Amino acid sequence: MENSRRNFLKVAGVAALGVGVKPAVNVLSAAGGGETPAAKVAKHENALTAKKWAMVIDTRKFESEGDLDKIIEACHSIHNVPDFSEIDTPERVKRHEIKWIWKEEYKHAFPGNENEYLNDRLKYLPFLVLCNHCEDPPCVRACPTQATFKREEDGIVLMDFHRCIGCRFCMAACPYGSRSFNFRDPKPGIEKQNLDFPTRMKGVVEKCNFCAERLAVGKKPKCVEASNGAIAFGDLDDPNSEVRELLRENFTIRRKLSLGTGPVVYYIV
Amino acid sequence: MSKQTQVYDKEIVFAGLAVFLIIVTFPFWYNLVLGKAASAPVPELTKEAKAAKTCVLPAAEMKSEHMRILDVWRHSVVRQVKRVYTTPDGRDFEMSLTNSCLECHYNKTEFCDKCHTYASVDPYCWDCHIDNPKEIK
Amino acid sequence: MLEIALQGSKKYYGWIGALAAVILVGFAFYLYQFTFGLGVTGMSRDVSWGFYIAQFTFLVGVAAGGVMLVLPYYLHNYKAFGKITILGEFLAVSAISMCLMFIIADLGQPMRALNVILYPTPGSMLFWDMIVLNGYLLLNIVIGWKVLEAERSGSKPPSWIKPLIYLSIPWAFGIHTVTAYLYCGLPGRGFWLTAILAPRFLASAFASGPAFLILLTFILRKTTKFDPGKEAIQTLSKIITYALIANLFFFACEVFVALYSNIPEHIDHLKYLFFGLHGHGVLVPWMWTAMILMVLAAILLLNPAIRKNETMLAFTCLILFIGTWIDKGLGMISGGFVPSPLHHVNEYVPTIPELIITVGIYAAGFLVLTILYKIVIGVKKEVAA
Repeated sequence: MENSRRNFLKVAGVAALGVGVKPAVNVLSAAGGGETPAAKVAKHENALTAKKWAMVIDTRKFESEGDLDKIIEACHSIHNVPDFSEIDTPERVKRHEIKWIWKEEYKHAFPGNENEYLNDRLKYLPFLVLCNHCEDPPCVRACPTQATFKREEDGIVLMDFHRCIGCRFCMAACPYGSRSFNFRDPKPGIEKQNLDFPTRMKGVVEKCNFCAERLAVGKKPKCVEASNGAIAFGDLDDPNSEVRELLRENFTIRRKLSLGTGPVVYYIV
Repeated sequence: MSKQTQVYDKEIVFAGLAVFLIIVTFPFWYNLVLGKAASAPVPELTKEAKAAKTCVLPAAEMKSEHMRILDVWRHSVVRQVKRVYTTPDGRDFEMSLTNSCLECHYNKTEFCDKCHTYASVDPYCWDCHIDNPKEIK
Repeated sequence: MLEIALQGSKKYYGWIGALAAVILVGFAFYLYQFTFGLGVTGMSRDVSWGFYIAQFTFLVGVAAGGVMLVLPYYLHNYKAFGKITILGEFLAVSAISMCLMFIIADLGQPMRALNVILYPTPGSMLFWDMIVLNGYLLLNIVIGWKVLEAERSGSKPPSWIKPLIYLSIPWAFGIHTVTAYLYCGLPGRGFWLTAILAPRFLASAFASGPAFLILLTFILRKTTKFDPGKEAIQTLSKIITYALIANLFFFACEVFVALYSNIPEHIDHLKYLFFGLHGHGVLVPWMWTAMILMVLAAILLLNPAIRKNETMLAFTCLILFIGTWIDKGLGMISGGFVPSPLHHVNEYVPTIPELIITVGIYAAGFLVLTILYKIVIGVKKEVAA
């Protein structure tokens, strides 16, 4: 029994190599070191991996707002994003709104680039906006507990809901308005829970996670799947990837480049 | 600073102290005189859990270490890419409270809550992780 | 020395009781917020910080303002401040306690507040804010208490207190600088993204803190016959004059840069605050009131005759305090969030529960202040007798 305890603790030691695991686990793991095989943690064999995940949204392929709504609905339903419109006053529903991916008109998605005489398609068809998974994310810089962090392996900006203290510094820091706060318990607003993904609790911040939970089991993000080929997803560091090909062949724009955040969501207009 | 050694209102002070002591120690002597020890609860196993014979680690270890194992799982899944746990004897598990632990132990009330209530711990896992997947399905 | 705070008149106990009642009501509403979540406030996805953080910001200033007494007294041996320096230090203690309460009230998961220490993150300004605020609180409690104890026993304060006093002076500048850094380092928030934010915070702090202190000494003189000394008040009023003018000057610099450069990201927030944007302008009357009060206070303070007239001085301090409070406690935070980085105009108005919790925290701060000042006055009376 003592041996297997050590085995488990060795695993804890492995985990401790990552950032910020509880110091207590570190101390315990120092006592490890048995000879029998230890427990291990590993990726799924079919997990999708990349050096730097990126997304290219081809706005030309959307025909109506319905195309966009379908994608939003697909994302929000698998991630248990609540909708309070049935259970609260309109004003409070708006204040407490949570969104991971949503529609913005061109002038709001790209403020400062407004154009009075805009192309008709762009004027009437909103853009899909989401977390830009910045190369140098201001939200990560601001977070006092590393509850939001940039994953080293693939550059996804993630949330650790267990650690978030709800100070909302990240929301003030994000120049894209990509973050939502659970102003109340979300569960009453979730019609049908998806068992493969947890809900959140009141008092924590949430946002798009580039479907890290799907990538881990070999699936592309839900929005990509629901977009009928309008959204591409791939490794920005791989010259042969689909996204790199699209970037080579098309002129693309990104949101608020002048802020130096380095967004990895590209738009073909 | 002036040093005072005189205790004023001795009677009231000491009577107050006595009352305080009696109230503070009440649970101890109440138990000594009238109480009987509450028996430690035994978590109930579902037939699936019984059939499996062993959990991720042997039962004794699970009893003392499950919270730390869950912490390692959580850290690995939430903050890293790794989601598969291989036990020392080579079995693989998806590191998921809802989809692995509760797959066998779907009787949360009899399995988890019983001891947690007895030990007066209140883990917030269930705030977000669906506590009874079978029920919802 | 604490026993001094236990012996008081009926009025004193009445005041304590009233504060306790307000605290209780505030706490009851806090429990409501704790149960439901921050949704009971007026904050939203777009305006994600509101009244709590604004009060916190303002009160850090009041706390830092205490240094305007400590610095002349200990660095320049300016004797006239001898009697009231302790009041400045204890005002800082009370203000910082309120700051910490406001931060806790603003957290979505207050039970996890210690994560800031468990997972220390030096890259986050909030981590440093936690350190400087708690450090300043501790410094002022230790310094104030030890100096007062020495005064009571007629001895000299322990020698180790001197370095702490010297440390507390740059520390005071530090707390408000770090608090400004919370805001001014955020890309995409044009209103705060300005190097003059920290200096402006300090200038407004050195006006509002001492102004509040003058008002407090007047109240103390009325209720306890404590005399701060004419010279001390006059010198303080001059300090306030300079600080207020510096504050207005820094603000003018800000307005010039925004208006003349005509960059929408910077100018739109000012437009929203002073004229309203796209038909939204709840803060417009407040902001103009703040400006008028601050300018009027500056004009009055520049006039030596008015400074010397204590009734006029009290009036001026009052309007100055209100003006700076609106400027920082209402406009500074909301103004930075509206319009949003995506250029939506979603306004913020605090809700009733939010206001009651705020008042409750202020009452708790005043309770701390009352007890500390009661001890100070008690000791001074003892020594004089």
